[in-house]
Order: sequence, then structure tokens, then C-alpha cells
Amino acid sequence: MTDTHSLLSLRGVYKRFGPVQALRDVTLDIPAGKVTALIGDNGAGKSSLIKTVSGLWPQDDGQILWEGREVHLSSPRDSEHLGITTIYQDLALCDNLDIVQNMFLGHEPVRHGILDEVAMERSAAQTLKELSVKTVKSIRQPVASLSGGQRQSVAVAKAVMSNAQLVIMDEPTAALGVAQTRMVLDLITTLAGRGVAVMVVSHNMVDVFEVADRIAVMYLGNCVTQGPASEFTRQSAVEWMTTGTITKAVAS
Amino acid sequence: MSTTDKPTVDTPESALSEEELATVAPEVMASTFGEYVHARIARIKHGESGALPVIVGLIAICVFFEIERSSFLHASNLVNLFVQASIYILFGAAETFVLLLSEIDLSAGFGAAVGAFVMLELNATPVNFPWWLAILGGLVVMAGIGALQGSLIARLGLPSFIVTLGGYLGLTGVMLEVANVDKTAVGGVITANGTIAKLYSSHISPTAGWVIMIVCVAVYGAIALLRQRSLANQGLSAAPLGVTVLRIAGVAVVGIVLTLIFNSNQGTSAIAIRGMPYLVPLVLVIILVATLFMSKTRTGRYMYAVGNSPEAARRAGINVKWIITLGFILSSVVAGFAGLVYASTEGSMSTDFNGGQDVLFAVAAAVIGGTSLFGGRGRIVNALLGGLVVAVVFNGLGLMGVSAAVQDMVTAVVLIAAVVMDALVRRRATTR
Repeated sequence: MTDTHSLLSLRGVYKRFGPVQALRDVTLDIPAGKVTALIGDNGAGKSSLIKTVSGLWPQDDGQILWEGREVHLSSPRDSEHLGITTIYQDLALCDNLDIVQNMFLGHEPVRHGILDEVAMERSAAQTLKELSVKTVKSIRQPVASLSGGQRQSVAVAKAVMSNAQLVIMDEPTAALGVAQTRMVLDLITTLAGRGVAVMVVSHNMVDVFEVADRIAVMYLGNCVTQGPASEFTRQSAVEWMTTGTITKAVAS
Repeated sequence: MSTTDKPTVDTPESALSEEELATVAPEVMASTFGEYVHARIARIKHGESGALPVIVGLIAICVFFEIERSSFLHASNLVNLFVQASIYILFGAAETFVLLLSEIDLSAGFGAAVGAFVMLELNATPVNFPWWLAILGGLVVMAGIGALQGSLIARLGLPSFIVTLGGYLGLTGVMLEVANVDKTAVGGVITANGTIAKLYSSHISPTAGWVIMIVCVAVYGAIALLRQRSLANQGLSAAPLGVTVLRIAGVAVVGIVLTLIFNSNQGTSAIAIRGMPYLVPLVLVIILVATLFMSKTRTGRYMYAVGNSPEAARRAGINVKWIITLGFILSSVVAGFAGLVYASTEGSMSTDFNGGQDVLFAVAAAVIGGTSLFGGRGRIVNALLGGLVVAVVFNGLGLMGVSAAVQDMVTAVVLIAAVVMDALVRRRATTR
């Protein structure tokens, strides 16, 4: 069950709200350089898990290990310091700022109190190039003028810029067209190729099987199974998601 | 591909095309410039028209008034106009700070009155502070007013409309109280003396005016050119050289025209008055510093971020509450300068000060200048244009002898037109 090179590991994690158990006994491994797809039905606990890992909802019980050492994620700042970046569906971009400005928001380099635009533009261009983001006309165009896929790319580049080790993406391809989805999936693969651990939360089975190296299934607050994507078929994944278990017939 | 103004991400080798630009004939240059113009037109079509419609509108209004009353473009009236405008410009800049944050400050008018009263009373007997300490005292009071209102809005999440409406009423009362502190202020009028009065009444000599203008244009030109060269040589986003040169030429022309206007006789043939009142460069410096602060510092950028998306700003680690509070402080301080300029031009402060109307003109100047009421869009420097439009409308209608009632109605139409334009641009930008 335990991966030898797990970047982030959850061991018996619980999160309760009064009588409601949002997470119960979750054990999950996120290895570096791999894309882990987190799937599950509505209310299965995917969002709760993201919030716990990103420090918004500290767990009530259980351990969270980062590179094998126990860590306490009691605020978003703690997660950020470790190198965990969460990209929510709203992407948290400022429409009125350009791509460079968004990528550096909150971390702008300054020289004598003046924003160092040259350094920012250089390193933003470099990062976008490394991520093979090619479709934007100018990196000085405001984010408002970008397509959904391009915005997603900017959000990812922003995470890379901040030296993220683990990037959690919440439904990255929801509401995107075919070409845009293609672009984002490629980006996810590139990101993992750089050694970054990527956790993708998705409903879209086609996308999941296209991009994921590993699959983890949530059911009623519990992570009922996890393993290499090759061990799952679309049918078995759906059965895990809807019933929390698997029948022999489907498994074979 | 040959442009240097848009180095595409997939061609970071655009440094090469920059070499072309530096070495080839002006014809090729012109093509870059043409592409720039092309891009500009495309932007206008996309609703990013910038300051163009305002400039066109301003010229149209000026032509109209000149046809109606030939005294409109006389030097004496133009100087008068710039002085009137400088108050609206400062009010507009003050309001821009909070509008960028998607907030509003209705108390700016009476706040400015309180600030001006404090300055004059500190400068007069019995306190007798030197002029600079008196002004500083007034600005500190303004910062306090801004901090109080800003904190209520940011920390408690109260709507700025209501908090500053309270400020409007409260500061009206404070103004009346402050006017009563000084027993020499008969009928709530206190005169401006010394340097504060001289801001308006003293003029920079015509020769000094020319020197200052030439130095400013030269410094601006040098900085703009060096910056353009340096950016372009590094293959970074820079405007084409032709555009930079054109901009410098534009600034030089404006500078020369203004200096000519200010240096012509504004008095009578018997008693000649020439030169620029000191408050004109003061206003320009305030606008310049505020504009640079907003575009070149982290804090300025965070104000734009918060104005567009407080949630994105918060997740980026920005202290949103402090940024909002700071916006109100800066707004208040700049409004304090507006009060100072008002007191200087009037030669006194009186409780007749129309802070209600002034705050509306403040919003008008900001919005006409292109600052969005919806936050995150606009620049402080745009208040220059907005303030000029408000002043031109007022001044021209005054020359035509139009009644106060009609003046108000016309100004209202101009304001509403500006807000409608803002809304249309916004709608167009989102449905693209």
C-alpha cells in the first residue's frame, strides 16, 4: 500500500463536523512526478480532502506526512510553505491584470521599492515556455482577454512560479471545449514531467484515464481504493465510485 | 513577427527583430508604427478606447464654447480654467483611489473642507504654525479621517456608501465646529495668509516657467527613450520607438502650449500678470507621484488586484483589509490637498463650502477620466482629463451666463454619459 516515494501521505485522517464525518480514516499517497486522479461521486469527500490538504480544514485525527515527516497543516500558509498549491475552479486570477502580473501576484520582486518588471517578464516568459504554453499572443495581455484553457494555464504557471511541489487542481477541465481540454491535459502531463506531484479532482472519466498515472476513489468520506491507473477500467472506476466496493466480475 | 511591442511567448528570439529595428530604414520603422496603430484601433473596437473619446469630447466642448463666447480661449480665462480644474483634478484623483477598490467616498468634499480649515487655523493666530507644518497638520487630520472610515469598511465589511454617507454628514458638522474654534473667524470665514495664499496669488516668472517646462520634458523624454531602448534590446514588451517619440513630442507640445498660455498677460494692459500660479505644478507633482505609486509599487498593484478580485488577492497572500484601509487614507490625503488648493484660490475658507457638490464632481472627474465604478480599472493620471472636462463645462456655461440650475443639469448629463460609457465598455469587454 505504501509508496516508497510518496511526497504527501495521509494516514487515518478524520474530519468531523458535529455528527457528520466529512472524512473518515482516509489513507492516501501522492507520489512526486505523477498525476493522481481523485474521483468520487458528489459528497464523497473530495472537496473536504482538498480543503484539509490545503490547510483550510485541519484534520481532527490521523497523520499527514510530507516526504515521510509528519506535518501540521493548520492554515493555508502552512501548506503554501511546504509547496502545496491548490487551483480552485474559479482560478483566483485578477482579470484586470496581465499574465505576468497575475503570475507574480503577492510575490513581486522589487528594486529600491520599484517593481522589477523586467525580471518578472523574463521569468514569466521562461516558465510559460517550459510549460509549452504557446497560444497566448502577448504575456502582457490582461487575463480578461484569455480563453478558459489559457486562464487555466496561467493559474498553473503561477503555481510553478511559486515553486509548488504539489499542485492540486479542482475540476480543471470542467466547462472547457475539446481543444482547450486537450491543452490543459497536455499541461498537466508536462507539469508531472517536471517532477511535480499533481492531484486532479475530476468527474470526467475520459480525462481521468487519459492523464492519470494513479487513481484514488473516494466514497462516503473514505478513500476506498487507490492504485496505478492501469489497474482500473472505466467500468470498475465507476463501480468503485458508486458503491464503494467492487464485484469480482467487473474487477476481472 | 517583426514587432517588438508584442514578443510572443513562442518566439522569445524577438531580440533579433529588435536588431532589425535598430539598424533598418525608417520605412520599416513605420510599418512597426503602423502595426501599433492597427493594434490600437483593434483595442478601441474591443472597448478599450482609453482616453481617446474623452480628449475628442474635451476638444469638441472647447470648440463649442469658443464659438459661443470668443473670450473662452483667452489666456486669462484659460488660466482661470486650469486653476478651477486643479481642484476637480485633485478631487477626482482622490476618488480614483477608492473607485479602483470598487468602493466610493462620499465624504471627500466635506473632509477636504475640514482639512482646509485645520490648515488655515494652524497657520493663523494664535497657533501660528509655519505654513508647511500647518499643511502637514491638515493632511494628518485627513489621514485620520481616511483611516477611521477605511477601517470601518474593511474590518467590519460595511458598505462604503453608508459609512462615507455618515462621514459626509458628520464632517459637515465637524466643519461647522472647527470654523467656530477660531473666534476671529467672523461668520465662519477664515482668511488664508502667507504661503498658503501665495500658492495661487504668486506666479512663477515666465523665464523660470520655460526652464522648468524644458527640464521636465527633457527628463521625461530621456527616461522614456532609455526605457524603450533597454526593454526592446532585451526582447521584452515595449512600445515601438516611433510611438515613444510621438509621445515625447506630444508631451513637449502640451508643455509649450501651456507655458505660452501661462506666460501671456492674464491681467490688464495696465497691470500685467504673467506666469504660472505655484499651485499648478503642485497639482501636477501630486498627480505624478500618485500615478507612479499606483503603477510602480507593490502596494499600488495590490490595490488594482483587490479592486478586481478581493478573493484572488487574499489567496495571493495580500492583506486585503489593509489595502482597502490604505486606499481610503490616500484618498483622504489627496482630498486634503484639494481643500488646500480651494482655500488658496478663494483666499479663505468659509462654512459656505459646497462639499456635497464637490464630491459629486470628484466622482464625475474620475469616471469621465475613464476610471470604472466597478473597480480595478482606471489610472490616477486620468483625473487630469476628467477634472478638465468638469472645469471646462462649468467655466464655459458660466461665461455663457447660463443659470446655476442649467449648469447643474448639464454637468449631470456629462456625468451620466460618462457612467453609461463605463457600463457599455464593461459589458462589451465581458461578452467578447
